[in-house]
Amino acid sequence: MIELRNLNKSFGTKQVLKNINVKLEEGKCNLIIGGSGGGKSVMLKCMVGLLEPDSGAVFYGNTNFSELSIKQRKTFSREFGMLFQGSALFDSQTVEENIRFPLQMFSTMTPNEIKDRVNFCLEKVNLENANKLYPSEISGGMKKRVAIARAIAVNPKYLFCDEPNSGLDPHTSTVIDELISNVTEEFKMTTVIITHDMNSVIEIGDNIIYLHEGQVWWEGHKQQVLDTTNDELYDFIYASKFLKRLKKV
Amino acid sequence: MSTISNYLYNIGKYGIFMKRVFSKPEKWGMYKRQFFIEVDSLAIGSLGIVAFISIFMGAVITLQSAFGFESPWIPLYAVGVASRDTIILELSPTIISLILAGKVGSSIASEMGTMRVTEQLDALEIMGVNSAAYMTLPKILACTIMFPFLITISMFLAILGGWIFGVLSGAVSSYEYIYGITHNFKVFNVYYSLIKSFIFAFLISSVSSFYGYYTKGGAVEVAQSSTKAVVYISVLILVFNYILTQLLLV
Repeated sequence: MIELRNLNKSFGTKQVLKNINVKLEEGKCNLIIGGSGGGKSVMLKCMVGLLEPDSGAVFYGNTNFSELSIKQRKTFSREFGMLFQGSALFDSQTVEENIRFPLQMFSTMTPNEIKDRVNFCLEKVNLENANKLYPSEISGGMKKRVAIARAIAVNPKYLFCDEPNSGLDPHTSTVIDELISNVTEEFKMTTVIITHDMNSVIEIGDNIIYLHEGQVWWEGHKQQVLDTTNDELYDFIYASKFLKRLKKV
Repeated sequence: MSTISNYLYNIGKYGIFMKRVFSKPEKWGMYKRQFFIEVDSLAIGSLGIVAFISIFMGAVITLQSAFGFESPWIPLYAVGVASRDTIILELSPTIISLILAGKVGSSIASEMGTMRVTEQLDALEIMGVNSAAYMTLPKILACTIMFPFLITISMFLAILGGWIFGVLSGAVSSYEYIYGITHNFKVFNVYYSLIKSFIFAFLISSVSSFYGYYTKGGAVEVAQSSTKAVVYISVLILVFNYILTQLLLV
C-alpha cells in the first residue's frame, strides 16, 4: 500500500497540495482525477521523489520514502515503473534498447535472458516487430506502449502513469487503459494513474481520488463515481453537455 | 536576486551538480559504453571542422607573419618561429577550444535541455539512475581525454597549413620555414598547450551539461540554455587562459 500523510507542497506563495492524506490500494488501479492545476502531477512527483514535499510523508508499506537518503531512494526507486505523459523514451535508442536499458543497468541477467525479457515485454504490449525502430519512427500510441513495456521490464512493484491517454484517439486510449489494467493484474502491481479521461475512470478505476484545489475532495470507486452527490466532482465529470444529456437518459 | 548573489547561487549549484556527477557509477560497463558513444560524437565528430580551421588559420598566420617581417634586418626563418609559437601557444589550444565551445558546448546543452523538457532525465531518475552522472561523466571524460589529441592534431595541421600556403604563395621558402619551426623549440610550450586544452575541455563539457541539465520550460528555454552555456564557456575560457598563462609561463 502507498500512503500519503499530511502532504503539503507550495511553489512560492501558491500552495498546490494542502494536507493530503490518502491510501492507495495494493494490487489495484488507483486513479487520481481532477481539473488542470489541481495538483495531481505535483502529488505524483512528490510520491516518486521528483519533487520534495514541504511537509508530510510518503509511505510504501512500512518504508517512509520521504526519510530515505538519496542513495537509499535510488535503490528503492528500482521498484518503480513510470509512464510519462510524453512517453519519455530515449530518442537516441531503438525501441529494443529503450526496454533493455534498465535491465542492463540493474539486473544480473545474461544478454540472452535480457533479449528474451525484452521480447516478452514487447509481446505483452503487442509490439512484436518494433524492436529496431526509433521513437521518431513510431506513433504516439506505440510510444506509450513501448513506455509501458520499459516500465514493466524490471518487474516493478509500483507503476505510475502520468496522463497515459493524453493525445491519443479514443480507441488507442482504450487499448492503453486495458494494457495498464492487465499488467497491473498480471504482475500484481500497485498502479497510480493521473488522468482526465472519464472513460478510464469508469473502465479501470478500482480506487478513485478526486483532487480539487490541492485537496482530496472525494474518494470512492468506479461504481460510485457516476452517482456522486459531491457538487464539485459532479461538475467535473459532467463538464460536457453530451455526458450531461447521457446522464439524464 | 541581485546579479552577484545570482552568480554565487549558480556557482554553488554547479558545485553540487559536480558532486553528483563524480559519484560512484551504478554500473561501470554502461558508463564505458556511453563514453565511447561520446568520444565518437563529441571528439571524432569535431575532427573535420578542427582540421579545416587549423589548416587555414595556420596559413593566414604564416602569411601575416611574412607580411609583418618585411624588414631586411629580420631573417625569414622568423616567420616559421612566429607561426609555430602563435599556433602552439594560442591558436590551437584557445581559438580551437572557443570553436569547440560553440560546436560541442551547444550540442551538449541542447541535448541535455531537450532530455530535461521531454522528461527523459526524470525517466532515468525514476529507474534509479543518477541522471547527472550518467549523462555528464562520460561527456567530461570523452572531452578531457580526446580534446588534447584534437589540439595536437590542430597544431600539426596548422603548422602544415602554414608551410604549404607559405611556400606556395612565395612568402617563405620551405627551408626557412622548417628551420624556423625547429629553431629554439621548447617542448614545455606543447605541455602548456595541452594543460590548457585539458582544462578548457573540462569547462566546455561540464558547464554546458550544467546549463542543459537545469533547463526549465520548452523549446525556447532549451535554446536559451544553449546560448547561455556557450557565452559562459567562452568567457571562462578567456579568463582561465589568462590565469593559466600567468601561472605556467610568467
